[in-house]
Amino acid sequence: MIALLIRDLRLAFRTGGGFGLGLAFFLLVAVLVPLGVGPEGGTLGKIAPGILWVGALLACLLSLDRIFALDFEDGSLDLLATSPLPMEGAVAVKSLAHWLVTGLPLTLAAPALGILLNLPPAGYGWLVLSLALGTPALSVIGTFGAALTVGLKRGGLLLSLLVLPLYVPTLIFGAEVVKRGAAGMEVATPLALLAAITAGAAGLLPFASAAAIRVNLR
Amino acid sequence: MEMVVTDLAVARGGLVVLEGVGFTLRPGQALVLRGPNGIGKTTLLRTLAGLQPPVAGRASVPAESLAYSSHADGLKATLTAAENLVFWASVYGTGTVEAALAGMNLLSLRDRRAANLSAGQKRRLGLARLLVTGRPIWVLDEPTVSLDTASVALFAGVVRAHLAAGGAALIATHIDLGLDEAEILDLSPFRAAPGAFAHGPDRGFAEAFG
Amino acid sequence: MSIWEYANPKKFMQTSAWLLPWAVGLTVLCLGIGLIWGFFFTPDDYKQGATVKIIYIHVPAAMMAINVWVMMLVTSLIWIVRRHHVSALAAKAAAPIGLTFTLIALVTGAFWGQPMWGTWWAWDPRLTSFLVLCLFYLGYIALWQAVENPDTAADLTGVLCVVGSVFAMLSRYAVNFWNQGLHQGASLSMDAKENVSDVFWLPLLICIAGFVLLFIALVLMRTRTEIRTRRAQALMARERLA
Repeated sequence: MIALLIRDLRLAFRTGGGFGLGLAFFLLVAVLVPLGVGPEGGTLGKIAPGILWVGALLACLLSLDRIFALDFEDGSLDLLATSPLPMEGAVAVKSLAHWLVTGLPLTLAAPALGILLNLPPAGYGWLVLSLALGTPALSVIGTFGAALTVGLKRGGLLLSLLVLPLYVPTLIFGAEVVKRGAAGMEVATPLALLAAITAGAAGLLPFASAAAIRVNLR
Repeated sequence: MEMVVTDLAVARGGLVVLEGVGFTLRPGQALVLRGPNGIGKTTLLRTLAGLQPPVAGRASVPAESLAYSSHADGLKATLTAAENLVFWASVYGTGTVEAALAGMNLLSLRDRRAANLSAGQKRRLGLARLLVTGRPIWVLDEPTVSLDTASVALFAGVVRAHLAAGGAALIATHIDLGLDEAEILDLSPFRAAPGAFAHGPDRGFAEAFG
Repeated sequence: MSIWEYANPKKFMQTSAWLLPWAVGLTVLCLGIGLIWGFFFTPDDYKQGATVKIIYIHVPAAMMAINVWVMMLVTSLIWIVRRHHVSALAAKAAAPIGLTFTLIALVTGAFWGQPMWGTWWAWDPRLTSFLVLCLFYLGYIALWQAVENPDTAADLTGVLCVVGSVFAMLSRYAVNFWNQGLHQGASLSMDAKENVSDVFWLPLLICIAGFVLLFIALVLMRTRTEIRTRRAQALMARERLA
């Protein structure tokens, strides 16, 4: 499993693209929104939690179709399926690799973009914490979507259509944490629910994803 | 470490292509599958490898004993030849890749990226993966595609060494490998009658689709 | 004879052919009585005026939008566990009907909301939940369309339906948490204080029965079509092979 993680990370670094693309997209969202909304700091500060969360979510979405597509095309998914590695484990490792390459950099970059969007000072800690807790769920759910659409010729758009409704609870609780944190309200409830969704998704969804992969390889 | 296949039927795209397939593969034995294009060689091999369920019959393969190699090599273009093999070696929990590299005559290419290998060299690297699996039963789908005669002879030698060490090989191929000891199984007699539908336990469906 | 006999396509075709005229007839009867009674023979609400009559379409459609998804979940589970093709095809047949009910509920809700709340749309939890449900239906239908092999499609959409159901429940809860909302409480429930008043109650109940029957009639028709399509595809595949 560790070998698979190392291989996926190495591939991501060598190929480039996947790694920086999500971050660049996230930055673009944070630049374009003020251009569209107007420069008033009050308005921007109010919508910053939502914009940052939606931006992170869309940046995550961008690289989902690459999770399995390349392995499917070159045949290594077949070989992985016949290897002693359980498919559930392989899927979980792929989610982890996707998070390390997309979710983690987005989390670390978010405070800088918070400054651009005039996020109130109280919100920064909650922003990083909520993204750190929530983006793993985005990767795990996205892996499920990628598993469903692997092997489809034009799966990219379908993947977004399948995954976005599944992102709703994570988005709501994640943005709620930042919104409440920035306003100085208590955040324990949404934070606990966000963590629960991530834990539940990480624990159960790999089984569904592995089942979908097996069906698609048939 | 015997593979026993009895009365196996396999399907592609919901249609049964082969039925009644039966054979036994013993240690030290090589079996070459023959048959025209589209008869279902790949489907049969994928079924034996556990990638798809059989429609009927059974294939008893000792657990953790089978190594499958498909048309595609499963190589990562941005990894070097050695890195590609090291990955599979650690997945299968076997140690070194040196013997495999040497076996397929790839030592001089070990640090070259797979993207910069020729088609034949890639194929050799793909086959070297079999050596690092440490599995006794090899299930090979057209292993010699894009290999030149020298490489085919090299590969035949590798298979022969594998058999001598108590391994077995099931090979679907059109060309003569030069493995004189290999038995040949022609799949043509097992071609399924047209109209046989694969609908699992739901027999009523086939009936309604009569 | 076990209930699974009806999952045999041949048996299903026979039974549904017999059942279908009854379902259609009862649908016409129930919807006719319920809607005419509701529209012409009930008083206007003292606050809402005549707009209240939209309840006879809005409430049944909204209830069915959710019930259809539950039916799809059950049939998907039957397919996953017992591999009955009719079950998978029934789920496939039901999805566009469910989507239509969802859209009807959203559109009639907008027509009702405009005079009542002064807005066509509000990000109220119920409205938002239905919008999310609409997206779930779209994704489910799109996956059926995208996958060529029917058995693969049935497996993948089945898994999506099960996972989607869990996330739909989570979304419902999350949306409630996110905004408390304008929407009135349940129109029908065991708790008498919440219920709509008695004059509206009986025609509404008949309309709901009518919508249930309408769904049964439509799903039987569409499942029959799906089974025939599968049969035609199978025969064509055999022709090509022979």
